Amino acid sequence: MATKRAMSLLLSVLSTITLLWTELGECNNGRISEDVVDTDFSGFSVPLEHSFEVDDVPRFRLRGALQFRGGRENSVYLSQNQLTEKDRNTLKDVAAVDGLYRIRVPRVNLQADRQTERQSEGYLTAFIRACSLVESHLSDVITLHTDVSGYVIGISVVTIPGSCRGIEVEDEVDLEVFNTTVSVVAPVTAPAPETAPFIERMEQEMEKKGKNPQEQKSFFAKYWMYIVPLVLFLMMSGAQDQSGGGAGGGAASGGGR
Amino acid sequence: MAWLVVRIAFSVCLLYTALAVFEDQVGKFDWRQQFIGKVRFALFDTHSQASKKLLVATDKNVFASLNSRTGDFFWRHVDKTGPEGHIDSLLMDGQDAVVVIGNGRLLRSWETTVGGLKWETVLDTGSFQAAALVGVQGFVKYVAVLKKTAISFHDLTSGSQIWVENLPDSDSVQYQTIYSGGNGLLFVLGVVPNSHIVIVEYKMEDGEIMNKKSVEAAWMSSLESSCAVISSGILLCVDPITQSLYTLLLQSTEQKDMKQIHLQTLDLEVASGFQPVLTSTQPNPAQPPLAEFFLQLSPDHHILLQHKDGLIAPLRDFSPSNLVAFATTGEKTVAAVMSLKNDTACSINLFSAETGRRHLDTTIIYHMDPSGGKPNRMYVHAFLKKDDSVGYRVMVQMEDHTLTFLQQPGRVVWTREEALADVVAMEMVDLPLTGTQAELEGEFGKKADGLLPMVLKRLSSQFILLQAWLAHLWKLFYDARKPRSSVRNEVTIETLSRDEFNLQKMMVMVTASGKLFGIESKSGTVLWKHFLENINPNSVFKLMVQRTTAHFPHPPQCTLLIKDKDTGLGSLHVFNPIFGKRSHTSVPALPRPIIQSLLLPLIDQDYAKVLLLIDDQYKVTAFPSTKNVLQQLQDKASSIFFYLVESSQGKLSGFRLRKDLSTELIWEVVIPTEAQKIVAVKGKRVNEHVHSQGRVMGDRSVLYKYLNPNLLAVVTESTDTHQERSFVGIFLIDGVTGRIVHEAVQRKARGPVHFVHSENWMVYVYWNAKFRRNEFSVLELFEGAELYNSTVFSSLDRPHPPQVLQQSYIFPAPISTLEATLTEKGITSRHLLVGLTSGNILSLPKIFLDPRRPEVVSEQSREENLIPYAPEMPIRTEWFINYNQTVSRVRGLYTAPSGLESTCLVVAYGLDIYQTRVFPSKQFDVLKDDYDYVLISSVLFGLFFATMISKRLAEVKLLNRAWR
Repeated sequence: MATKRAMSLLLSVLSTITLLWTELGECNNGRISEDVVDTDFSGFSVPLEHSFEVDDVPRFRLRGALQFRGGRENSVYLSQNQLTEKDRNTLKDVAAVDGLYRIRVPRVNLQADRQTERQSEGYLTAFIRACSLVESHLSDVITLHTDVSGYVIGISVVTIPGSCRGIEVEDEVDLEVFNTTVSVVAPVTAPAPETAPFIERMEQEMEKKGKNPQEQKSFFAKYWMYIVPLVLFLMMSGAQDQSGGGAGGGAASGGGR
Repeated sequence: MAWLVVRIAFSVCLLYTALAVFEDQVGKFDWRQQFIGKVRFALFDTHSQASKKLLVATDKNVFASLNSRTGDFFWRHVDKTGPEGHIDSLLMDGQDAVVVIGNGRLLRSWETTVGGLKWETVLDTGSFQAAALVGVQGFVKYVAVLKKTAISFHDLTSGSQIWVENLPDSDSVQYQTIYSGGNGLLFVLGVVPNSHIVIVEYKMEDGEIMNKKSVEAAWMSSLESSCAVISSGILLCVDPITQSLYTLLLQSTEQKDMKQIHLQTLDLEVASGFQPVLTSTQPNPAQPPLAEFFLQLSPDHHILLQHKDGLIAPLRDFSPSNLVAFATTGEKTVAAVMSLKNDTACSINLFSAETGRRHLDTTIIYHMDPSGGKPNRMYVHAFLKKDDSVGYRVMVQMEDHTLTFLQQPGRVVWTREEALADVVAMEMVDLPLTGTQAELEGEFGKKADGLLPMVLKRLSSQFILLQAWLAHLWKLFYDARKPRSSVRNEVTIETLSRDEFNLQKMMVMVTASGKLFGIESKSGTVLWKHFLENINPNSVFKLMVQRTTAHFPHPPQCTLLIKDKDTGLGSLHVFNPIFGKRSHTSVPALPRPIIQSLLLPLIDQDYAKVLLLIDDQYKVTAFPSTKNVLQQLQDKASSIFFYLVESSQGKLSGFRLRKDLSTELIWEVVIPTEAQKIVAVKGKRVNEHVHSQGRVMGDRSVLYKYLNPNLLAVVTESTDTHQERSFVGIFLIDGVTGRIVHEAVQRKARGPVHFVHSENWMVYVYWNAKFRRNEFSVLELFEGAELYNSTVFSSLDRPHPPQVLQQSYIFPAPISTLEATLTEKGITSRHLLVGLTSGNILSLPKIFLDPRRPEVVSEQSREENLIPYAPEMPIRTEWFINYNQTVSRVRGLYTAPSGLESTCLVVAYGLDIYQTRVFPSKQFDVLKDDYDYVLISSVLFGLFFATMISKRLAEVKLLNRAWR
């Protein structure tokens, strides 16, 4: 009921959609068949709640709704309400006492086929300092992290910029509309040791060596014409002058290596 | 050409990182101590009079032979860990030791002089019950192994199975013991609890059942704990309920029920609630046991009794007597009885087993370590002296697993601290300053009280310094005349002081048995030990250094949090890490289970760091909890965050401290347990320093590191263990905001995962289930080319996620633990210390674990000294920091910085303890041992005089020119 009224009264903001849905496990891919995606085309929505209180006791209220499109091509939209006059004032007050701005979402599975499977008990919460939200003019980035099977395991919120410098926000308009970027991040697959490319490269290397033996000569083979006279010269000079010869010979052998 | 340059670069890198010690450096700054664990079986070699062998088998699955004169090993065999290598039984006959391993899986015979394996037999499956040597005609020839359902009979010389028989009615009867009196018959005794005893009689040659009978014994629940076989095959049992002894002749067919003898008729009474214990002895397995036996009536009351002509008569009453043991030499059997005199002393006396008469001059008075618990067991080695009297030596095992070997008249021959085989936590603490240094420090520490006293104090301390310096000079002069070897002075707790470079530290070790040790790191001498009594065996320990040695005159302070695993209740033990003494500080009462503890960087007025303990209702207890501390906590409350991990629910949650010291939940991350479970969470080390903020790239730009001190590395393992579907999850979570900084999944991987989390990187090792090999993976986090806020790091204000680079490598050896080196300022390059299951410790340069190693070499990567990517990690034997000093079963590696930037102290612990120093970037701040001082000083002096002379000559020349 509350949702409906808020939706009709206020301008709903569609925020940016970012999607980082990387490859998931084969076991999951196989399960989600085409017809399921079709029947579930409308997707589903999950309430996003927030809380900011001067006494710092969390009392969560609806901030907006996260709308997911089911299936593999998972995407998320956030439709959210404007802050009311009262909320704006509370937020400013909370920022003044360096209170926290908290958000939470219920634990959901984005890949479950049925509504009953989707929800599970409990919430995932995150927080930022209320002052940073105020000073960034309500521009925040919300990221939902999922595990391999599509469960949302954590939510994170940051504001850009994230600092609190004590700047007064004069304009009331700055605190009316959230400028939110929402994304869903799935775990990346960590790389395994890359043996195949390495072997390939080694083979190429060997091939090159075989084709062009001139270029693959060793250091000595290439520059012997310079090294031998140098060594000879040093040895000759060493023979003439005993004390100089020792040092020279040492240097030559060092250089030769 | 490129390939050549690469190879040269590679070899230069290797040259640079070459470690290894020179031959003459062996043992110079490293030491190893080997242990065996808690002794379960110990047998003295009574084969010959002069034998020094002592065979032991322990709970750590170690089978070893000790030299009973010195306590050193002759040899040691370390078997597999866990139930697979569990030693069930140890039997010895002459030169042969027969061992049953792995719940009756293997039967092995060892040659005891050199420790060589003579034979090994794989036994049929079935849980092990008992094993016994069996003799015939006075010679021990066979070994019998009793399993739950079968009995097998083996030849002692070859191990070949002679026969194996299934036991009758083995599903209802619990067969527990074997007895053979050397007369060609083998008795297997079983019991149906609270009903009857079953006796099966086998013929030794072919395993034929000669006789089988059952005898009523409704009171009996276990044969093993309440019965013993004495003189020519009489089963003797004791029942505490009816206060009576029961006897049964095993071989007779007439006796249908057990003969009851009331203890009252012998004027004896079992202490209430005590399970009486019968101890008999069978000196030779080929002959029947003696008719004499001990009956323990209460923890400190034993009676020596004799069975004669069907009657039982007491020979001698020992009260008090805590431990008793039989020992045999030649034809004589003696009984040793230990009785505690007071808390610190006990006496051991020898009695004749046949008569109960005391042998003269056999008393051993043993002064126990007051901090070592009570004696637990006693093993006696009796021998015949030249005058045919019996002499003996005793090995006493204490509650804290210490083994002490005693000789008449009370001399401690050696002591082994076997608790050190199971170190669970350790810290290294700086040693205190010398007396003079402390004096000087004290001068500045005290408050000023007028000008004149200050001047006087200064003068006096200067005088003391001068005195100390003169004494030092005198000592140098005095020592210089003595030969080198005798100069080495013993380290004692009195002479303990910090050396120039702080290379010598105090290792505080906590062992699983609840004994604490203070070990000096240079020589490995145990300087103090403290046994915590009444510690539950499966407690969890956390050791924290609350105050270091830097705050003279306040003594250093360590706090040990002991948590009972079952109840979760915690207690604190506060002590001085240098002397091991308990501190006289009031410890807060902890009535509720502790779920988290954190050491804050806040310090109280006495420079002790504040320890916060969080109980299961999220209430916070501070220790120390002075007014000053509480005030500071209130001021800083809004910036004190902590996290909790509930791995059973996959829940990580963050809390913040409130001003009234209550807590509030601020973030929650839930990793569903259906798919994966959290196996480990690790933050970074608090004492770690990072010298450079970024890395200089080939194009001279800087790539800044993401140095988040609050970052937690969370490792999960999948619940699905199928090789294609199993995975290891890596989560990097900010411990303050709960933000998931990075989330990665290593597919087809399985645990156990070992990992190190430090600076801006994390290295983990996992098992690749598909290719069946160990693999290393390294993650590095960078902020990018610009720092968001270069002055200070705040988790609350770092909106951009870091760039994550990752690379994996194959590691061709199994790993048991992983740690990174740590140095004072973090300038020295880092190495990874890898404890291998083979017992080696590999020092692997971090440059090999760099996700920026390029596939194809470019000008820029060459500039940066990056080694081209190779999938396999090299293992070079010169990287083994413990050369040939194998450290068995390395469980943990501890690294500590020293006063020298180049040097890192390393302690590896497991079954053995190994301490050494590593120099990851070589000793760049130390002159070599063979540095030529004479040459350099002669050159310097030469130059100096040459300048003087030439100056003089130039002056003369100038003067002459002026005159011209």
